Amino acid sequence: MIPEIGHFSLLLCLPLALVMAVVPLIGVAAKNIVWMRFASTLAIMQWVLLFLSFLALSYSFFIDDFTVKLVTLHSNTALPWYFKLSAVWGNHEGSLLLWVFILASWTLAVGLASSSIPLVMKTRVLSVLAMISVGFLAFIIFTSNPFDRSLIMTPSEGNDLNPLLQDIGLIIHPPMLYIGYVGFSVAFAFAIAALLEGRFDAEWARWTRPWTNIAWAFLTVGIALGSWWAYYELGWGGWWFWDPVENASLMPWLAGAALVHSLSATEKRGVFKSWTILLALLAFSLSLLGTFLVRSGILVSVHAFASDPERGLFILAFLFIVVGGSLLLYALKAPIMKGGAVFALISRENLLLINNVLFAIALTVVLLGTLFPLVSTALDLGSYSVGAPYFNAMFAPLGLLTVFIMGFAPFIAWNRFTLLKQQSRQWILHLLLAIFLAMLLVSGLSHQYVADFNFLAFFIASLCLWLAVNTLSHFFFRIKHGGLSFHSLSQLSLSYYGMVIAHIGMAVMILGIGITSIYESQKDVRMAISDNVSINSYRYQLSEISSVTASNYDATRASVNVYHDSAGEPSRLITTLYPEKRFYRASRNMMTEAGIDASLSRDLYVSLGEQLEPGVWAVRVHVKPLVRCIWLGAILISLGAILATFDKRYKRSSAARSEPGLGSPSNH
Amino acid sequence: MHPIRKQRLIVVLLIVVGSSLAAFFIIKALKQNLNLFYEPSRVANGEAPIDRQIRVGGMVAEGSLIRQANSLTVNFIITDFAANVAVEYSGILPDMFAENAGTVVTGFLSESGIFFADQVLAKHDENYMPPEVSAALDRAKDTVNQPDN
Repeated sequence: MIPEIGHFSLLLCLPLALVMAVVPLIGVAAKNIVWMRFASTLAIMQWVLLFLSFLALSYSFFIDDFTVKLVTLHSNTALPWYFKLSAVWGNHEGSLLLWVFILASWTLAVGLASSSIPLVMKTRVLSVLAMISVGFLAFIIFTSNPFDRSLIMTPSEGNDLNPLLQDIGLIIHPPMLYIGYVGFSVAFAFAIAALLEGRFDAEWARWTRPWTNIAWAFLTVGIALGSWWAYYELGWGGWWFWDPVENASLMPWLAGAALVHSLSATEKRGVFKSWTILLALLAFSLSLLGTFLVRSGILVSVHAFASDPERGLFILAFLFIVVGGSLLLYALKAPIMKGGAVFALISRENLLLINNVLFAIALTVVLLGTLFPLVSTALDLGSYSVGAPYFNAMFAPLGLLTVFIMGFAPFIAWNRFTLLKQQSRQWILHLLLAIFLAMLLVSGLSHQYVADFNFLAFFIASLCLWLAVNTLSHFFFRIKHGGLSFHSLSQLSLSYYGMVIAHIGMAVMILGIGITSIYESQKDVRMAISDNVSINSYRYQLSEISSVTASNYDATRASVNVYHDSAGEPSRLITTLYPEKRFYRASRNMMTEAGIDASLSRDLYVSLGEQLEPGVWAVRVHVKPLVRCIWLGAILISLGAILATFDKRYKRSSAARSEPGLGSPSNH
Repeated sequence: MHPIRKQRLIVVLLIVVGSSLAAFFIIKALKQNLNLFYEPSRVANGEAPIDRQIRVGGMVAEGSLIRQANSLTVNFIITDFAANVAVEYSGILPDMFAENAGTVVTGFLSESGIFFADQVLAKHDENYMPPEVSAALDRAKDTVNQPDN
C-alpha cells in the first residue's frame, strides 16, 4: 500500500509540473495575476507530493519491504537502519527521486522566499524550474521507476547495499552534492527569465546571487565529502583521482566559482552581463552533463549504477533540449544587452575578469580530459583514457596563478585603482613575511620528514601564505580603521566576511594539496607478525592479526602499532591502528578498511592488502602531512559562500534598491 | 586611439594571448597522457608501441599468478583466449583481482614482451566486467571462430 501511495504521488507530479510549466507563463502573457500566482501554489503541491513519494520509498527500505524490487536489489535485513535509509539514494532510481525532490525543494524555496522579486520574474523562474522538473519526472516515470514491485515470489532477503556505500560519508555526500548540482537550476531559471524579459540589471544579479552562492557552497561541501570518503573508504589513501565522475562534479563547481564572481561585478557595476548569463546557463548545463555521465552508465566507476542505453539516450536528449534551447534564446536575446560602466585597466572589474578567464581555462581542461575518451570511443577511434598527470600538469600552474592574483583581490577597488607608494610598500612587506613563514614551514617539514628542502613546496607555501597574509591584513586594517570594537566588527558586511573566509579557505586548501603531494610518503611492503617498517621517523609494527564478525560481514583485522623514533630518545608509541579486510556475505564483496590516525599536521594511514602466505600480509603504509587542510579549506570556502548569502542587502525589498551597498569599495 | 578603447584592446589581447597559450599547453599535456587500450591479440601482433604508456585488458589466465618470495612482485598472464601477455607488477593488488577474472593494467611494454604494470584495476564487484575487457573478449572470440577473416 505504502509503495503505491509513493508511486501515485510521483505520477501525479508529472501533470502538475506540466501545468506549472505552462499556465503561469500564459498568465504572464495575458497579464493575469491569478494565473501567475498559481505557480507558487503548484510549487507547494509539487513539493508535498514528492516529499510523500520520497517518504514512501524510505519507509519501504526502512521496513525491508522486499516486494519493492529496488529494496531487494539494494538493501538487506542485516543493514543498520541508517544504511537502509542511505540505500534509498545508493542506487540509480532512488538517487533520481532524490534529485527531483531536491529540485522541488529549491522550487518551493524560490516560491516562498522571494517576496521582493516582481511577480512576473518570479513566475517565469518558477515555470522554468517546472520545465526541468517535467523532464526529470518523465525520466523517472518512464525509464527508472523506483516503486517497481515483484508481488509474486517475493524474496525473503535482499542483495545488500554495495559495501563501499555503507558509510557515514555516503549518507550525506549524495544529498549535499545534489543540493549543489540542482541548486544551479535556480540561477539557470533566473537567467532564462532575464532573457525572456530582456531585463539584465543590477537588481537581477542581486536576486540571483544568494541562490548561486548557496548552491555553490553545497556543491563545495559535497565534492569535499566525496574526496574525504574516497580517501578513507576506498582504502588506498588517494583523495582525488581525476575519475570522470569526480570531474563531472568539478565542472559545474568551476563554472559556479566563475559565476559567483562575475555576478558580483554584474551586481555592483553592471558589467559582464552577457557573460554572467552565459555562465549561469553553463553551470546548470554542466550539472546536467554530470548527471548524464553518471546516470547513463557510459562511465566505469563506483558511481555508475545503471548501464541501460535507453536511460542514457533520454538524458542526452534532455541535455540537448536544455542546452540547445537556452543557447538559442541567448543568441536571440543577448545582443540587446548593453555594456555597463567604463572601468580602468587596473580595477576590480578586470581582476574578476582574470578570475573568470582562469576558471574558464580550468573548466576547458577538465571538459576536454573527460569527454575526449568518450568521444573517441563513440567514434571508434580507439579506447583512450586520460592519465592524471594531464590534469595535474594543467591545474598546478592555474591554481597557483589564481592564488597569487587572489592576494591582491581585497585591495583593488572597483572602477579604478591607483597604486600608492604606501600600498606597494605594504605588499612587498607582506610578500617578505609570506616568504619567511613559508621558509619556516618547509624547513620544519623537511626536518620532520627527513627530506630535502623542497623548492616547489617552498614556492607553493609562499603563494598560499601571501594570499592568507594579504587577506588577513586587509581584514584587520578595516577593523582597526573602525576602532577595534564589536561595533566595527558588526559594521563589516557579511559578504566581506564571506570573501575573507573563502579566500583564506582557498589558501589553506591549496597549501594542503601542495604539501601533501610533495611530502607524503608511501610504502607497499610484505609484513609478518612483529615485522617493522619505517617511514621518516614513524615506525609501523604489525602486532596482531585477528578475525572479526559483524552483522553483515566477516573481517580480518590487523593491529598496527605506530611508534615515533627520534635519535637519542626512546621510541614512543603514538597509536595503534586497526586496518581491516572485510568480506560482505550478502553481496560477496571484499572491502579494504583503512586504519587512520588523523591530526591537523599529518595523517598516519595503514591499509591491509592480500594475504601472501599464512601469517604474511601485503601492507600499505602512508604518512600524509597536512592532508586535512584540503578538506578544512573546502569547508572554509563553503562557509564563506554561505555567509555571503546572508548579507542583508539581499533581504532588502526592491523599494530600497537605490541605496548603494554600504558605500565601501571593498564590499563584495 | 581613445584611452578607454586602448585599455579594452589591451585586455582583449591579453586574454587572447593567455587563452592561446593555455590551449597550446592543454593539447600538449593531453597528447602526452593519452593511454590507448590494446587487446592481448593486438599486443601479440606487435601493434602496441614500446616505451609508451598504454593499457592492456583481458582475463587473468588460470594458474598464471606467481608471487615472488620476499617481495610484493607478482607475475601473471592476461589473455583474451586468442593471445597472451605476460605482466609484471610490484605492489598491492586490488581486492577483487583474481585468476579467471577481468582486469585492466596500465604501464609499459618492454622489448622482451613483458608488460611492466604501474597500475592494476580489477572489477569492483562479482558481476561486473570492465566493458573494454568484454569487448576485447568478444573480438577475440570472433577471430578464433573465423580464422580466415
